[in-house]
Amino acid sequence: MAILVYIEHAGGKVKKTSLEAVSFANALAAKTNEGEVVAVALGAIGDDELASVGSAGAAKVLHASDDRLSAGVIQAHASAVAQAFEKVGAKTVVLAKSSLGDAVAARLAIKIKAGLVSNVVELPDTSSGYQVKRSIYTGKAFAMTAVETENKILAIKKNAVDLKTDGAPASVESFEVSLADSDFASKITSIEQATGEILLPEADIVVSGGRGMKGPENWGMIEDLAKTLGAATGCSKPVSDIGWRPHHEHVGQTGVKVAPTLYVAIGISGAIQHLAGVNSSKYIVVINKDPEAPFFKAADYGIVGDAFEVVPKLNEALKAEL
Amino acid sequence: MKILVCITHVPDTTSKIQFTDNNTKFDTTGVQFIIGPYDDYALARAVELRDQTGGKLTVLNVGLAESDPTLRKALAIGADEAIRVNAEPKDSFFVASQIAHYAKEGGYDLILMGRESIDFNGGMVHGMVGEILGMPSFSPVMKLDVEGSTVKMAREIEGGKEMLEATLPLIAGCQEPIAEWKIPNMRGIMSARTKPLNVLEAVSEETQAEATQYQLPPAKGAVKLIDKDNVGELVKLLKNEAKVL
Repeated sequence: MAILVYIEHAGGKVKKTSLEAVSFANALAAKTNEGEVVAVALGAIGDDELASVGSAGAAKVLHASDDRLSAGVIQAHASAVAQAFEKVGAKTVVLAKSSLGDAVAARLAIKIKAGLVSNVVELPDTSSGYQVKRSIYTGKAFAMTAVETENKILAIKKNAVDLKTDGAPASVESFEVSLADSDFASKITSIEQATGEILLPEADIVVSGGRGMKGPENWGMIEDLAKTLGAATGCSKPVSDIGWRPHHEHVGQTGVKVAPTLYVAIGISGAIQHLAGVNSSKYIVVINKDPEAPFFKAADYGIVGDAFEVVPKLNEALKAEL
Repeated sequence: MKILVCITHVPDTTSKIQFTDNNTKFDTTGVQFIIGPYDDYALARAVELRDQTGGKLTVLNVGLAESDPTLRKALAIGADEAIRVNAEPKDSFFVASQIAHYAKEGGYDLILMGRESIDFNGGMVHGMVGEILGMPSFSPVMKLDVEGSTVKMAREIEGGKEMLEATLPLIAGCQEPIAEWKIPNMRGIMSARTKPLNVLEAVSEETQAEATQYQLPPAKGAVKLIDKDNVGELVKLLKNEAKVL
């Protein structure tokens, strides 16, 4: 018996959100006596990197190195994970919510007849039945969800558990998957991705700018502050709508929902649609020259002042401290 | 081309979220319901595609009679006919089962919906329908063009996008900027009154993961304001109080 974790990787590294999923599975297995945690990794990635997944709590990593799986072809990944599920005799699959993870989980749920809960924020309550707490209404509420099926899939939200880092290296086992041509019916023709940057949905610290920045030419100070903090950069919807920043940086109800430990909002008034994208942040800092900006009501710390004065000063003060 | 767009009937994005009946039901008092914002993008793109290539655009909702005005709005925006599967949308699997059944019956070339509903945020229905019907599914799709039977798409990934090619039939969960939202004009509103809205029965009762109880997050404490000439104080608080540095 085991819990299976679908892990994703990028640039030769297992994603941190996937390591969180492994840690979640590790804590879950201890709670439900479901045995060890087995991760499954698809496509080209080094075995040393996979062994390091052990630190987050996996005993074993199944590696299907078929190069056709290196790109995230949704159907093929769903088929491969279903085969891993059969192989290890699991009842539960855990994965991190992501663009690919969500798409794979939905198809997998049908393949293995599993009840699927997305946006899971903590370990299930198994005291009576199997109740899973999930975030709903874009972070404005939670639902306890009763999973009625024997097989289960939990897609976890960032920061659902603390990352475990003290596990022993995992054993890495190569894993043959049989894939049909129909699994590759769609073709990824090219990928455009910001490289060398911290990705917004996965970042621990996010620095976002709004219309108060007055123009894309002023983003240098946002980027400088982000660099000092090791943060990803985001923006409000109007900013991405006018094209000051790319769409994948848009944080909000219809954009990226973030759950960092620290969210720094600069020159963003805090419309309810923007707040919906950031309300899972642990701490929020708001810098805005309008003391009436609604964002201050959602903030932990605030500075009323002109971003063009405050941000460079804050950056210097942080540099001196870090 | 036959296009199916599945829409949700959800509280407006500015709604105050509250629950009643001992936190087991969503409180609809004073709440305005709308077409899900992501579904609205899917519908807008579908109207454009139908106008380009001809064919028929059907809009579908799994819901009770209270969804009818939302479906009428979709007809006013440009759908040719509407289907309401008369059942409470209990969970993703339940909804996907209904859609898959009626989608198969209708023989659609393209099935679009939002990337997720804004009430339960599952984002799973398109993938489930795809797997049940043996069709490829893609989400979140931010660009979709049809050339003959070839579909060219852009799918958002963390920090960027991937360009994809696939062939019809397929299913896509959509998001901005796939199209601009369309506002119904007077002619659309008038014609929507006479377009068909067919109420069909649910085909299966099976659920897998139903919500049983709701909670609101704890209230946020008051903001600590720091003087703009003393940013060092903020650094100290972040370091020693929040411990996030």
